Amino acid sequence: MMKKSKRSFLKVAGIAAIGLGAFPAIHFASSDSHGTAHTVKSPNEGALLAHRWGMVIDTNKITDEVVENIVEACHKAHNVPDFNHEVDEEKYPKTRPVNHKQEVKWIWEEGFHYAFPDKEDEFLAERFHDLPFLVTCNHCKNAPCVKACPTQATFKREDGIVLMDFHRCIGCRFCMAACPYGSRSFNFRDPRPFIDETVSTFPTRSKGVVEKCNLCAERLAKGEQPHCVEASEGAIVVGDLEDPESEVRVLLNEHYTIRRKQSLGTEPSVYYIM
Amino acid sequence: MNKNYIITGLVIFVLAVLSPFWFNMITDTQAAPEPELLGKAKTEKKCVLEKYEMRANHMSLLDEWRDSVVRDADRMYTAANGHSFNMSLSTGENSCLGCHEDKAKFCDSCHTYASVDPYCWECHTNPKEIK
Repeated sequence: MMKKSKRSFLKVAGIAAIGLGAFPAIHFASSDSHGTAHTVKSPNEGALLAHRWGMVIDTNKITDEVVENIVEACHKAHNVPDFNHEVDEEKYPKTRPVNHKQEVKWIWEEGFHYAFPDKEDEFLAERFHDLPFLVTCNHCKNAPCVKACPTQATFKREDGIVLMDFHRCIGCRFCMAACPYGSRSFNFRDPRPFIDETVSTFPTRSKGVVEKCNLCAERLAKGEQPHCVEASEGAIVVGDLEDPESEVRVLLNEHYTIRRKQSLGTEPSVYYIM
Repeated sequence: MNKNYIITGLVIFVLAVLSPFWFNMITDTQAAPEPELLGKAKTEKKCVLEKYEMRANHMSLLDEWRDSVVRDADRMYTAANGHSFNMSLSTGENSCLGCHEDKAKFCDSCHTYASVDPYCWECHTNPKEIK
């Protein structure tokens, strides 16, 4: 009969322990080779692409009516709440009264003096005093909101769009303090009771997140122009700022344009033809 | 003798310790609901991953999809089985809800049973519910 010594037992036990420990690692390595290797993530066919998206707004073509259409088209398509909307009491009982300072907006009308405070000339051409200017997120090249965001919920996409991942927003509002254009709005409350007609092609937001214009990233991905461009009757053109042949660059070449608060160095991508 | 006391004490102790099992034996436990495949999902038979992998890992898949769509603008997902899907929870024919038409019977039945409360629907909308 073979006599087992303590030493030989420990040897066998040690080898067995190594084998048990290595098994999950081997299993993992072998499963990985035929796991998710064949999956491909790709942009939609026919998506509109650019090196740096930009916008040119022809202020000569902007009338009050055009402004109204654009704002409505944008806000409706993105489920932006309107706090003047009458709440459906049956669906949303006990809704708190509205504080109108807490409005949410993606694109809106602004007077020259507020949109361009650094272009305040002593003898400004009179027509500018009451001309409607459309303002929105400028998708800045050096976006201060991106730098301020502690969770990278706001980030700059490779094609220049300053975009938000609403899932990651913790509602700290640093970005709102950082944005010199007031382009961002905070959801102080659940926006759903104040959405007239919820559109199913875009999510709503929840209480406690910031939101802003996304340059219709969801439409560019489908090969469509942004809502504001479509509703603008030719007053707004969106295109690639880095491509000298693009429509926006041709317009910039042919006209005198200004940008908002240029001296801050944020390099806005929205240009206004004067 | 203390023997009798000790034995009775032990019996009571064992009965008490195993009480959850007794409780389960006398009450009806609800079986885990099967997610119901309806409409398009029933005929299609091909999801993004295998059924069991999908059950276990759909949340990580959705997480991966979200980053891909939002950050990289990649919206098409070609799965290992060759089918391609629109990486979207609820928009369009080729999205999750486009195929799994009934959210209540597909998502909610299991989530309620497992008492998980994902906040997807605080923002995302079920196109069927908007009227």
